[in-house]
Amino acid sequence: MIALLVRDLKLAMRAGGGFGLGLAFFLIVVTLVPFGVGPKSSLLAAIAPGILWLGALLACLLSLDRIFALDWEDGSLDLLATAPLPMEAIVSVKALAHWATTGLPLVVAAPIFGLLLNLPVEGYKPLILSLILGTPALSVIGTFGAALTVGLKRGGLLLSLLVLPLYVPTLIFGAEMARRGVAGLDNTTPMLMLAGITCGTIALLPFASAAALRVNLR
Amino acid sequence: MVMAISVSDLSVARGGIKVLEGISFTLASGQALVLRGPNGIGKTTLLRTIAGLQPPISGKVEATPESIVYAGHTDGLKATLSVLENLNFWAQVFGNKDISGAMKQYELTTLADRPAGALSAGQKRRLGLARLLVTGRLVWVLDEPTVSLDRDAVAMFAGAVRAHLGQGGSALMATHIDLGLDEAAILDVAPYRAKAPEPDDFDGVFL
Amino acid sequence: MNSIWEYANPKKFIQTTDKVLPWVSILSCVALVVGLIWGFFFTPDDYRQGSTVKIIYLHVPSALMAINAWMMMLVASLIWIVRRHHVSALAARAAAPVGMIMTVIALLTGAIWGQPMWGTWWAWDPRLTSFLILFLFYLGYIALWAAIENDDTAADLTSVLCLVGSVFAVLSRYAVNFWNQGLHQGASLSLDKEENVADVFYHPLLVCIAGFVLLFIALVLLRTRTEIRARRMRALLARERMG
Repeated sequence: MIALLVRDLKLAMRAGGGFGLGLAFFLIVVTLVPFGVGPKSSLLAAIAPGILWLGALLACLLSLDRIFALDWEDGSLDLLATAPLPMEAIVSVKALAHWATTGLPLVVAAPIFGLLLNLPVEGYKPLILSLILGTPALSVIGTFGAALTVGLKRGGLLLSLLVLPLYVPTLIFGAEMARRGVAGLDNTTPMLMLAGITCGTIALLPFASAAALRVNLR
Repeated sequence: MVMAISVSDLSVARGGIKVLEGISFTLASGQALVLRGPNGIGKTTLLRTIAGLQPPISGKVEATPESIVYAGHTDGLKATLSVLENLNFWAQVFGNKDISGAMKQYELTTLADRPAGALSAGQKRRLGLARLLVTGRLVWVLDEPTVSLDRDAVAMFAGAVRAHLGQGGSALMATHIDLGLDEAAILDVAPYRAKAPEPDDFDGVFL
Repeated sequence: MNSIWEYANPKKFIQTTDKVLPWVSILSCVALVVGLIWGFFFTPDDYRQGSTVKIIYLHVPSALMAINAWMMMLVASLIWIVRRHHVSALAARAAAPVGMIMTVIALLTGAIWGQPMWGTWWAWDPRLTSFLILFLFYLGYIALWAAIENDDTAADLTSVLCLVGSVFAVLSRYAVNFWNQGLHQGASLSLDKEENVADVFYHPLLVCIAGFVLLFIALVLLRTRTEIRARRMRALLARERMG
């Protein structure tokens, strides 16, 4: 399992691996928002948590179809399926690798982007905390979507259509947690809900993803 | 003689359509079996079913658990990883460490640091076949293993198979090339081609 | 062989629905005509809402069916996963577009009703938002069915999606409720209809709901028959190729 994780991380870092693409996309979204809504700093500060969450979500979505598609094309997935690893473990490791290469950099970069959007000082802690808690769920749910669409020729668009509705609860609680934090309100409830969703998806969704992957390998 | 794979009355389907039916054979350790048959007859489907990648329609495949390693048309190589890294990865997945034997057998030592993407088709295939050696599994299920290999490489492969059989392993492969493996039995799957179902049988499978 | 699973055989299903379908269709027509005419012409106007309240006879039943259709798909998907009855998977597939249209009707009539009542076509009220999300779930489900060529693979994958989607739909419902109570506690737009509907409105509403249920059953049966025949046609073509 560790070998698979190391390999996936290595592949992401090497040329053409797509590492950093998500980050660049995140930056572009954050840059474009003020062009769209105007440069008024009070307005930007008010929408900053939501924009950062949406940007993270879209950046995550961008790299989802790579999770299995490349391994599917070159036959690695067939070979992994016959290897002595349970499919659930493969799926979980893939989700972890996806999070480490997209979610984690986004969390790290979020403060800088918050700066661009005039995020108030007291908002940084809840925002980053909400992203740390929420982005793993985004990766795990996305892995499920990728497992559903892996065999399809043009699965990319369909993947977004399937995954985005599933992202709704995570987005709501994540953004709500950040927003309440920025406003200086108590954000325990959304934080607990967000943590609950993340834990629940990590615990249960790999079984569904593995089932979908097995069906697709037939 | 220890039984490696036992297939009884197996039917397999591709894309929801039954292609082969009633196949039975046994493969003992130390034996090799070559599948023959025209294109599209379902050799790949049969091999994938035996490897456990898809469920059979009916019949049974019996094998020691975790004894089968499958190699398909694609080699599962990552273009940006080096030959060594690719092979090391598969060795680790199967819980082995030593890959030097496999590197030597397929003469990959000089290519060790080359990225797999820069290899020729034949070299890639050699790397894909070297993977079989590092898995340490006894039953090889191979689909067209000799595609894009030159004559020397085919001999290398035949040598590897022979050595594998000598160590109590076994091999099941679909190939059209004569490997020079005299000990290999040949099974022509053409007679097992699935017949069209009866028209009245309009039940669960809609036919 | 006197079990309910007997009807999971495509042939038996077609034979049974041959007899059942006309009756269900007629009943649904009668219930809808009676319910709608009764509701539209023989009930008094509401003292607050005037005649706009009458859209309730379309809005409430369609909203109910939008949710129930998904429930039915969930049950059918579970049956497919557990017992592998093809008719079950095809029934789930057949129900999806019907459920989606019900969702659209609920959203549209809601907007038409909301305009005079709340002064807006759309508000991010928890209920409206949940229905919009439900619509997206239907869209994804149908798109996945359409995208996969192999029928059994498609049935398996959509069943898994339906299961996971159901959990997330419920989660979304709670999340949305939570979200709009959140910071901006604006005017609460949700109307708890069932409670403050007087008997005069209630009886024709029940008839309309019955009509919609029957309509749904009739449409799903009809569409399942179509799916079975389409599937049989593909199977026959495949057999011909095998020759």
